[in-house]
Amino acid sequence: MTTTPTPPVVPADTAAIPRQLTAAERRAAAARAKLSSPWASAVAIVIALVWTIPTIGLLVSSFRPQQSINTSGWWTWFTNPEFTFANYDEVLFGARESFSTYFINSIVITLPAVVIPITLALLAAYAFAWIDFKGRDILFVAVFALQIVPLQVALIPLMQQYVRWEIAGSFWTVWLSHSIFALPLATFLLHNFMKDIPPSLVEAARVDGAGHVKIFFRVLLPLLVPAIAAFGIFQFLWVWNDLLVALTFAGGTPNVAPLTARLAELAGSRGEAWHLLTAGAFVAMIVPLVVFLALQRYFVRGLLSGGVKG
Amino acid sequence: MSDPRSPSPPPADDSAGSTVTVSGHDTPDPRLLGGGPRPSGSVRWTLALIALGVFATVAGAAFLLSAFGVSPFDEFSVPWPNWLLDTTTTPEKLGVMVFAIVLFVVVMALILLSVDRARAVPNWALVAAFLGPALLMLAFGLLYPMFRTIRESFFDRTGANYIGFDNYVTMFSQNEFQIVLRNTLIWVLLVPILATFIGLVYAVLVDRTRFEALAKGLIFLPMAISLVGASIIWRFVYAYRPDQDGVAQIGLINQLLVWIGFEPQQFLLGAPMNTFWLLIVMIWVQTGFAMTVLSAAIKAIPDDIVEAARLDGLTGIRMFRYITVPSIRPALIVVMVTVTMTTLKAFDIVRTMTGGQFETSVVANEFYTQSFRQGNFGLGATLAVFLFVLVIPVVIYQVRQLRLAEEIR
Repeated sequence: MTTTPTPPVVPADTAAIPRQLTAAERRAAAARAKLSSPWASAVAIVIALVWTIPTIGLLVSSFRPQQSINTSGWWTWFTNPEFTFANYDEVLFGARESFSTYFINSIVITLPAVVIPITLALLAAYAFAWIDFKGRDILFVAVFALQIVPLQVALIPLMQQYVRWEIAGSFWTVWLSHSIFALPLATFLLHNFMKDIPPSLVEAARVDGAGHVKIFFRVLLPLLVPAIAAFGIFQFLWVWNDLLVALTFAGGTPNVAPLTARLAELAGSRGEAWHLLTAGAFVAMIVPLVVFLALQRYFVRGLLSGGVKG
Repeated sequence: MSDPRSPSPPPADDSAGSTVTVSGHDTPDPRLLGGGPRPSGSVRWTLALIALGVFATVAGAAFLLSAFGVSPFDEFSVPWPNWLLDTTTTPEKLGVMVFAIVLFVVVMALILLSVDRARAVPNWALVAAFLGPALLMLAFGLLYPMFRTIRESFFDRTGANYIGFDNYVTMFSQNEFQIVLRNTLIWVLLVPILATFIGLVYAVLVDRTRFEALAKGLIFLPMAISLVGASIIWRFVYAYRPDQDGVAQIGLINQLLVWIGFEPQQFLLGAPMNTFWLLIVMIWVQTGFAMTVLSAAIKAIPDDIVEAARLDGLTGIRMFRYITVPSIRPALIVVMVTVTMTTLKAFDIVRTMTGGQFETSVVANEFYTQSFRQGNFGLGATLAVFLFVLVIPVVIYQVRQLRLAEEIR
């Protein structure tokens, strides 16, 4: 790290300013100049508004009484504030909606559907990265190519298969399907991360007599925690937010269907019941939003390693 | 690809014998988990070969049989205990969930332990243990179904009678399906271009400004929201109330229209514009992804290039056009391709917002409707195959890119 000489100013000031490379500082200054151009700032602000206002509207509405939602726009809330939990109460615990049941279903579906594919993909990625065998490249390319195949081509035969095995309509089909569909991307991403680990580390462990299983658990796994977190968030968001797999395999029964399926059904059957839709949508959104905000750093890293690495 | 990191056991040879030089005793060692560093290698080697052979045979046979319409997994009926499948109460659900995870962990631990215990584990056994479960699941859950779906697309709605290319003819000739194809084309053209463009412009605008983190976070957030949730958010934005005295608009856009003196619109009903209102939702969700990846690419542009361009007098839009965009071309392509794929497969938005009515359906939605609503498996399979055909060029392109990347490594 290059240390810039401390400028001869007040010490309190230097402590507050992070040391930067001069070129970067200049670029930052240029960026500031760029944003000070009124058009550029206007465009940025408009984009930011369009991307936030719809969600704010939903959130505000979910706390307004049903009567108000249907007779006046949510923006009137700012001049005429009203606040109620009645919508949430009805959508979560009401006899007809009972989102709380579906909330549990979403959790029960998501946890194994995240843990299982990550574990399997870690092992597969290890084999692709550190075990030499014939046909490795071909197999890896095949697995890689599978990640682009649309799920749609697998759904009907899989469902017929589950029916034959008499496990249709249970959590097992959803877990199994999600795990299978996640494997190609998971293997590819984790393989990318594994390849970044210095070979000398693995070599050293090998010289010490460690077998592949030991190397995997003792050497690689601790180093891969950020990668696992990155893919974990991917998979979590994907499974929690998924509708296609849920509708196909979990059907519409309150025994297995997740929140998204229930929400979509509500939107279809009671499309104008905004007091339920707004609160319901927010119930379905809250967990992924919290997870996402908490682990954003890892998520971005995952995106970048899968996206722009090649 | 020559890999300098070859593992300590010699690379496994196809022909038997090269790794089994230690085999001294001929009686098979029955202990799978035990076994010390002693010459049980040959046994394990054989076992692994058998396992691999079984796997290859099952997979191969499955593909072959699927071509003739036979399902190899048919005669597999187990009297499942009821508590595994029928879960009604919360404790039951959580119990089965924990059971599933524990079962999975135990099975994997057994597999790994069995290859860890012995010193002379042959390479094939290792590969089978590490790679086998994943490959088996992929073969069962993606490859085999793919072949079945291709086959099914040549059969009628029940899958009983072979009808040749009739489904494909239906898909391309009937009016309602032509609308579906047209809509899909509009989605696939507009969403990637607009999402990438807006994401890029925004990334450039907020790059290295004081509010960068917050500004990016705002655009980023929709990525955490399900497409169903996003659809509801936007349906509320488009909401319509009849234009009468005493009736206030509750949808933001219609209110804006009323404020500036226009009549409120039924955005989701009028074709063909309703397709555009729908795909805005997809752009809204995907721009965050584009922005994140492109922002990272912009930050990776070497400072001296930017510096040199500035010395040459490039600023503003010309800097963007001649320096920024060419420098991040690979990232741009990746973003476009990824967004295209996502757009092609997504059906959630159409299904939640209009249910595919009012001429808004796309191929992915029509697949669901035909397969699971109309019960027309043949036509559903055909639509799925069509989606698959559409992504094949991308698959080939991606594989090429992967090869290039591997060479650089």
